[in-house]
Amino acid sequence: MLKRLTTLAAALLVSTALHAEPVSGGRANVVIQPEPPSLMVGLVQNGPTQMVAGNIYEGLLRYDNDLNPMPQLAKEWEVSEDGLTYTFKLHENVKWHDGEPFTSADVVFSADQFLRETHARLRTSLEHVESITAPDDYTVVFKLKQPFGPFLGIFEVGTMPMIPKHIYEGTDYKTNEANNTPIGTGPFKFEEWVKGSHILLTKNEDYYEEGKPYLDEIYWHVIPDAASRAVAYETGVVDILPGGSIENFDVPRITEMDNTCVTDAGWEYFGPLSWMWLNNREGPTADKRFRQAVMYAMDREFAKSALWNDLGKVSTGPVSSSTRFYTDDVNTYEYNPDKAKELLEEMGYDGETVRLLPLPYGETWQRWAEAVKQNLGEVGINVEIVSTDVAGWNQKLAEWDYDMAFTYLYQYGDPALGVARTYISSNIAKGSQWNNVEGYENEKVDELFAKAAVAVTAEERQEIYTELQKILTDDVPVAWLLELGFPTIYRCNVKDLVTTAIGVNDGFKDAYIEK
Amino acid sequence: MLRFILMRLGKAVIILIAILILNFFLIHAAPGDPAAVMAGEAGAADEKFIADLREQFGLDKPLLTQLGIYLGGVLQLDLGFSYRQQMPVADLIFDRLPATLILTLTAFVIALTLGTIAGVLASARVGKWSDTFISTLALLFYATPLYWAALMAVLVFSVYLNWLPGFGYETVGADHEGFARLLDIAKHLILPATTLGLFFMAVYMRMTRASMLEVSQLDFVKTARAKGLKPGIIQRRHIFRNAMLPVVTLAGLQAGQLVGGAVLTETVFAWPGIGRLMFEALAQRDYNVLLGVFFVSAAMVLLFNLITDILYRFVDPRIRVG
Repeated sequence: MLKRLTTLAAALLVSTALHAEPVSGGRANVVIQPEPPSLMVGLVQNGPTQMVAGNIYEGLLRYDNDLNPMPQLAKEWEVSEDGLTYTFKLHENVKWHDGEPFTSADVVFSADQFLRETHARLRTSLEHVESITAPDDYTVVFKLKQPFGPFLGIFEVGTMPMIPKHIYEGTDYKTNEANNTPIGTGPFKFEEWVKGSHILLTKNEDYYEEGKPYLDEIYWHVIPDAASRAVAYETGVVDILPGGSIENFDVPRITEMDNTCVTDAGWEYFGPLSWMWLNNREGPTADKRFRQAVMYAMDREFAKSALWNDLGKVSTGPVSSSTRFYTDDVNTYEYNPDKAKELLEEMGYDGETVRLLPLPYGETWQRWAEAVKQNLGEVGINVEIVSTDVAGWNQKLAEWDYDMAFTYLYQYGDPALGVARTYISSNIAKGSQWNNVEGYENEKVDELFAKAAVAVTAEERQEIYTELQKILTDDVPVAWLLELGFPTIYRCNVKDLVTTAIGVNDGFKDAYIEK
Repeated sequence: MLRFILMRLGKAVIILIAILILNFFLIHAAPGDPAAVMAGEAGAADEKFIADLREQFGLDKPLLTQLGIYLGGVLQLDLGFSYRQQMPVADLIFDRLPATLILTLTAFVIALTLGTIAGVLASARVGKWSDTFISTLALLFYATPLYWAALMAVLVFSVYLNWLPGFGYETVGADHEGFARLLDIAKHLILPATTLGLFFMAVYMRMTRASMLEVSQLDFVKTARAKGLKPGIIQRRHIFRNAMLPVVTLAGLQAGQLVGGAVLTETVFAWPGIGRLMFEALAQRDYNVLLGVFFVSAAMVLLFNLITDILYRFVDPRIRVG
């Protein structure tokens, strides 16, 4: 018995029919910052790379804003009842940008060879995969070792982009000349990259979806200064500011302009969740009561309204509310300085100074650190702000040289993909800033995360993750701050810009400019 | 003269290598390395990922070996490879160099000509209201932080008046050709070059004015006056020519900075030059690019110092090189 999951495609067709008819033509001018190191998304996965490359490369699936899978290069898919076999049927008329046909051999090459070697995040997920085979040119079968709940969530373009086998097989991937002229199957082709100035993509005339894309070209403007990026929008040089392009205090001014629309949709898959790492190994932060006191002492509502223009949500715990298996049935921490003082007194905190590392990503984070310092100071915690640049921040975190440190991480739609890594003890290792940096160890938590990842039914997983969220919000291994809301700002005549859970990163294949 | 130039060139090479070695250790002393930065930006990384990057960048080798490899490359005029940008460093720098040269050279010319003219005018009308006006203006330019001036210029001329583009090198996607393109670039050049030139314009003005006044008190000028020469000729031939010496010294110093001196302006105005390249390379710990930019800038400084020394001879034939 096989279960079909393709009804969603039909639902989408209905919903797009309600819109005005898309028109072809026009150019999108978009800000990109910082300049990506490369557009070869199979090798480099940083934010700007994903944002541009999502137009050039494609994954097998996309996800709607509720994280349901939708067809992309795979037109339909089936999951066996035991949750071990995933069969994908590919579109048959897809071509690479150089004219070669895209087939199941490319999928097997991408997932089983190329990305297993180059893609750190996917590599971890693929450990659950026993084999990847291609029974015919347009069918791919993934067989798992054991059920892996989030499996259908790893097929978006940033996680599992399709890489052309005919170009990369048998070469040294990292030094392949083709990395500078990326070849994908996506709606737009790479045309030109003037370093320090712009990247130009042009319409893929042979795109397999009839009539798409609508835009003729996309210019990505590299503008290093945040104030200049705001000016670029104000003076009409660019029409689209992806989330995080400008400083938060500029957002209200820019969004008040005529013909300007703003949305914070398109981040559901990432679920960017900010917190402060608390060093669980030493110093006052090693005491659970201190960590709870930090949670009570912070006025997160204030931070949200004063620093983030009321975008986003105060976080309730380790799982973001847009991520699957979220629950709000946990210990919550309202702003309560008195309670914080009580806890500090109870543990006998002696006023030892704690070092706080802000995130070196612009003004907002610096000010947020100052707000936290003030909040904690009010309950008697001495905070010293230690400023660094990005490289220094990376190193201090990777080497655990901090007491408290701001960060935000993505959730990738499922706790097994984006949450577990922060709290399981097997992930404690110096040298990376994306694992269990705080040094939290709890056998029960390890066990539950392991169990939840391979549980077959969603009900079972929900139950385990609810329990986990309760334990974690009691232990407070890190101090959760906000589910960040990044506004995408654009001229209102640009339509269907953000249509999926990865927003602008999903490429502009549906976008059009109303005449 | 030739022997002098050769000796100076020989010394320059030794200084350059010393600068390179010093820079190499300074850069490596900063916390974090390019592999950690790239892994950090990727949003997820395991130890294998970072170890692979380090191996690819050659960062797994001992520091002295890395230095040896780098210096060996430089001696063969190979500035290394930027893994970050996937391009040879020399290509990166020479792609970006013209933009920086256009910007800084324009700023330099604006600063030098306007500064000297204003200085001469002020000295000729010393104590009068026009002198006060020019001097006050110079003081204002001298004291204004560059980034503030840059932002205000953009705000006024780009956002409110919409006369000039606020950033960029040319209109992206306009595909201008020939003269239209030149005009387009020139328009983009006005704001960054002017803001970059303001500070030095003030310096030249003040220096020219002071120097002119000083020279005009010297005996040979008095003699010239006593001989009954026309004031215009005294100003041009006797005072100006001698007063220019300190200005030339300073201009030589500034010219040396033409290559690397526009970090802030290039960043604010999104000007695709090597000042910005250097700034970004610093944030990304892109060692080879940083060293490459330092190398080229240092070479330019040495070269311009040499040129300045030679120029002295033309300004004042009494000065001997050696």
